[in-house]
Amino acid sequence: MSILTAGRRRSRGDARAHVAAAHAGKGSSPLLRITFLSLRHPVQVTIAVAATMIAALLQLLIPRLLGQAIDQAENIVSVASDTAHNGLWATALTLLAVSVARGVFTLFQNYFAESVGHHVGYELRLAFYDKVQRLSYSYHDKVHSGDLITVGLLDLDGIRMFFSTGLIRVVLLTVLIGVGAWMLLSTDVLLGLLALSFVPFVAWRSSVARLGLRKIWLDLQEKLSVLTRIMEENLGGIRVVRAFSGQKHELDKFDAASAEALRLAHRRTNTRVRNTSMMTFSFFAAMGLVLWFGGNKVIAGEISVGTLASFLTFMTILQMPVRQLGLMVNSFARASTCGNRFFAFIDAPVEIEDRPGARELVITEGTLEFDGVGFTYDGASQPTLRDISFTARAGETIGIVGAPGSGKSTLAHLIPRFYDATTGSVRIDGQDVRDVTLQSLRSKVAVVQQDTFLFTTSIENNIAYGNPWAKETRIEKAAESAQLHNYIMGLPAEYDTVVGERGVSLSGGQRQRLSIARSLVLKPAVMVFDDSTAAIDAGTEHRIRSAIRRYAANRVTIIISHRLSSLLHADRILFIEDGAIIEQGTHADLLALGGRYKALHDLQTRPVEDIDALEARP
Amino acid sequence: MSTAGLDEDPRIADPDDQHPPRATVGSAHIEEEVFGKAYDPRTVRRIWAFVHPYRLRIYLSVFAVLVFTATQLAIPLIIGYAIDTGMAAGGDATDLAWAVLAFAAMVSLNFIASWVQEKQVGNVAENVLFDMRRAMFKRLQEVSLSFMDKTEVGRLMSRLQGDVNSMQEFLETSVVSIGDLVLLFGIVTVLLSLDWGLGLLTLATMPALFVVRIFWLPPAKRAFWAAHETNSATNGAMAEGINGVRTIQNLDRQKVNFHLYDDKAWGNLKTQLTGSRYAQVMVPIVDTLTGISMATVIVVGGSLVLNGGLQVGVVVAFLFYIQRFFDPIRSLTMQYSIMQRAMTSGRRITEVLDVPVTIADRPGAIALTRDMDGSVDFDDVVFGYNPKYPVLKNVSFHVNPGETVALIGPTGSGKTSAMALVHRFYDVQSGAVRVGGHDVRDVAQESLGQQVAMVLQEPFLFTGTVAENIRYNKAGATLEDVIAAATAVGAHEFITRLPDGYDTVLEQRGSNLSLGQRQLLSFARALVADAKILVLDEATANIDSYTERQIQKALETLLDGRTGLVIAHRLATIRGADRIIVLQNGELIEQGNHDQLMERKGLYARLYTMNYASFDDIPDDLINAVAAEKSGT
Repeated sequence: MSILTAGRRRSRGDARAHVAAAHAGKGSSPLLRITFLSLRHPVQVTIAVAATMIAALLQLLIPRLLGQAIDQAENIVSVASDTAHNGLWATALTLLAVSVARGVFTLFQNYFAESVGHHVGYELRLAFYDKVQRLSYSYHDKVHSGDLITVGLLDLDGIRMFFSTGLIRVVLLTVLIGVGAWMLLSTDVLLGLLALSFVPFVAWRSSVARLGLRKIWLDLQEKLSVLTRIMEENLGGIRVVRAFSGQKHELDKFDAASAEALRLAHRRTNTRVRNTSMMTFSFFAAMGLVLWFGGNKVIAGEISVGTLASFLTFMTILQMPVRQLGLMVNSFARASTCGNRFFAFIDAPVEIEDRPGARELVITEGTLEFDGVGFTYDGASQPTLRDISFTARAGETIGIVGAPGSGKSTLAHLIPRFYDATTGSVRIDGQDVRDVTLQSLRSKVAVVQQDTFLFTTSIENNIAYGNPWAKETRIEKAAESAQLHNYIMGLPAEYDTVVGERGVSLSGGQRQRLSIARSLVLKPAVMVFDDSTAAIDAGTEHRIRSAIRRYAANRVTIIISHRLSSLLHADRILFIEDGAIIEQGTHADLLALGGRYKALHDLQTRPVEDIDALEARP
Repeated sequence: MSTAGLDEDPRIADPDDQHPPRATVGSAHIEEEVFGKAYDPRTVRRIWAFVHPYRLRIYLSVFAVLVFTATQLAIPLIIGYAIDTGMAAGGDATDLAWAVLAFAAMVSLNFIASWVQEKQVGNVAENVLFDMRRAMFKRLQEVSLSFMDKTEVGRLMSRLQGDVNSMQEFLETSVVSIGDLVLLFGIVTVLLSLDWGLGLLTLATMPALFVVRIFWLPPAKRAFWAAHETNSATNGAMAEGINGVRTIQNLDRQKVNFHLYDDKAWGNLKTQLTGSRYAQVMVPIVDTLTGISMATVIVVGGSLVLNGGLQVGVVVAFLFYIQRFFDPIRSLTMQYSIMQRAMTSGRRITEVLDVPVTIADRPGAIALTRDMDGSVDFDDVVFGYNPKYPVLKNVSFHVNPGETVALIGPTGSGKTSAMALVHRFYDVQSGAVRVGGHDVRDVAQESLGQQVAMVLQEPFLFTGTVAENIRYNKAGATLEDVIAAATAVGAHEFITRLPDGYDTVLEQRGSNLSLGQRQLLSFARALVADAKILVLDEATANIDSYTERQIQKALETLLDGRTGLVIAHRLATIRGADRIIVLQNGELIEQGNHDQLMERKGLYARLYTMNYASFDDIPDDLINAVAAEKSGT
């Protein structure tokens, strides 16, 4: 590691430590946790807080100086003009100096407060990303990806802003009101009390508002994500919508969700506006009182005009933070709502992770073993798999057939521990998959899934997704075996062509072939095709199978397919019904058995013949 | 053959090297228009059209803003007056009382005006925002499928969400900006009229601020833009991490991705801080200028008081105004960037609104009813997505009421397009498609949809319960109807095994179901729709043969009493059809029942004798060979 990167690393801190910090304080109040995270940047927090206090104190000096200047101006007639002029100059210059200093300290206050927020935001982003990747399939099955994105975008922002818009304002207001109150009260008790009379009212309103706004915020976010989902599904499923002339139905759905959200948005605005207006009014009312009683005091000669002016100026200075009190309240409400959701996500239990003392998976023979495996999905009343036992040796191909929902895919998902078996165990070379590290396990088990996710990057990077270090020749080899190479060479930038959401779109069959190529780049000990050739025509599939059979000698291949022709070459076919293996054997065995497999086979009008023979035809 | 087979160990690099050569997370950003015009009359007109229904409330708020600004201006004047006239030492308090009363009146006005203005502006902005979103959404329901085919959902969503939100910011701030502008001019006027000379001296700092801002603005904008860009790139990477999480775990990319994301997030932090520095550097500059102005007022104003040329109250008023003076300037410069953003968003919103609706009901379109005969005619139909390359060439056929016709042919023969035309997803280039004897272009689309049910090859489910998905827009369907339909397609059994049966909520478009199960639900949905004509793109790909059989049976029930047009892949379906139509390269080459076609010994007979269970299973090259051979003879 170069010195440069080392330096960069140091300022950035250890990413893992950041993630751990975000997990600290599990179960405690979100505001406390955010504060704790902010305090992990003591230098910046100290500068921000100190600068805030100094800026506030300097700001309090300004009314004093202005009052002094006014008194000087009023008394100017009664003193010698030179002295008066000197006094004015001195006050003016002090005022200028104080203004400049206040500006500089405000800069420090704002910058460092934001910096703390951005650092916390950065750390939480890491924690969030890490958590997303760690949570097992069962979590992602339950939670809508749009909701997760909301947590990672909006909720995280709400937390990030808390330090600069919430906590720092507390410091600012405390100093302004506290020291200001002391200054005012020590000058004139009655006027001081009047000048501050709006503060308790504002405090009361803001606490009331905080409760109300918090709830509205939460509800509004929820309604907005419903609206987003409706729009996304409509656009994604536009053909279904059109096919059923469902436009009106969809608009109704949209309108209902939209009206709900709009109602809440109005309520949020109205609550906010009512509060800020009332707060401002209470401020002005207090100012009027100061003007009346203070004016009378001036008339009575008890105080000078300058003192009164400084009271009024002080109130003007307070007006801004008082208005901001509404924002501060908002910030607290938002941070606690967002924090609740965000930390609930961070605290979600990871169902599948390395057991303490998990070892690396060691491949010796390359034998896969299911031993009395049963599996029940969370919340399901019926088990999806019951007592599945079979052994597959390296070089063997196992075919799995069954009705939809019979548990075929679930079976495949237990091997790389996307889910954990409820009973029994899955073993690779005698090692229970739950006793080895996830990383070593998943690098040895490749599942080619039904749905292929394309990342917005070059097709080369997509193929090398599981092993970004792979040599180019290896990537090409994989693409060739998956019968994708020729297609790629026809693309505008060949292997550098960007695919995915913002790039070239691939057909279902091309996606599946890419998915196969992805797995081929790795060197798995177990390779599972989870109905992953459904969109590929049989001829191409056949070519893919012949191409990869060459490399299959050292691995277990599992083919889950509805297409019986895909399974013809399997060494053994397992027929699954209601989560249990009810028949097994070779294609010929099972046909001879005359059971369910045979029945399934006969359901087709014509038997499927060996494609080899057909392909061999001229 | 290259020496690098797939047998050698794939890990050729140090696995601890956390920055692999070719890995990325998230996509590279696409440069968007930033430094665009802040005012584009065309876009503004379009935006105004949305504001127009609420114009009275907008006028009201503009009025309220003016009142609010006037009170803001008046309050220091009243204070100044109170000091100069009402507080003569030892005098009486009548003038002071008047001043305080005036103050109270101003404050009340200020309170009402600010409440009215903020509430109205906020609510109108929200209304307009929701209206815009609805208008876009509605338009997207009407535009042709060819537009939707070409457009990414993500791009549309960013218009429906992001662009609409940046319009809200603009709408909320623009009325306030009017107030700011008035306040600025008001302060200048008041200062100059209170004391011409002192006013000019005080305002002398203003050009300095402008000069500073001219130098500050270009780099600051670049910094803000960079911050915006890295932020959306980081968010994009996060969204990708969420959407692709299964693949990421499957391929064990978590560690690599975490480090790449860390780099992205850290880069984002850096640009955010740079942006923040640019934003904050203006604070001390403005404060210094304020300080200079106040110092000037004290020294010069003080001297004027000494010479008797000025009253103390005026000096107090000046000091009050100066503290207010820079606020509107600051928010006005901010408004400029908001306007730029809004114009860009506005243009993008209007782009969506302006997508032409090429397929619309003709005036006086006929409503198809249940008692139409259910026939389908293709009359010399020519159609192509690109008019230069027609995918259907002069296709003519007639489907009798109640007849089941299987449409077959190799990939790209035009089967799917022909089906889409029955539903008028697209319009023909020439010729006509008739349903129940009416040209589909003369029929109200909604009624067409009610009489022509469609099952697409790709099942698509909505978030909601199983029952809701089966019922879809057939609001009148009872739970019994839903159950009956599910039973008919053989879905009832697995539905009752779901945790909440028919009330089970399907997550994420039914990702908790297998593809086959999803397909069965989409069948049930078509059955509930109870249309006269059923158009079905048989989905052998997604349903295993086992389920397939149940559907074969269900299809018979389903097609009973209905006209059926089936893009068939399975020989079982094909043989069960009353008639088979064979398409190739967009031309109808053969039709008849199975026996007739076998007799003809054409493409169908050749393919049939090849012994494939499904026409889809026939390799493309083989079909081409047969076709070539056939056209040769």
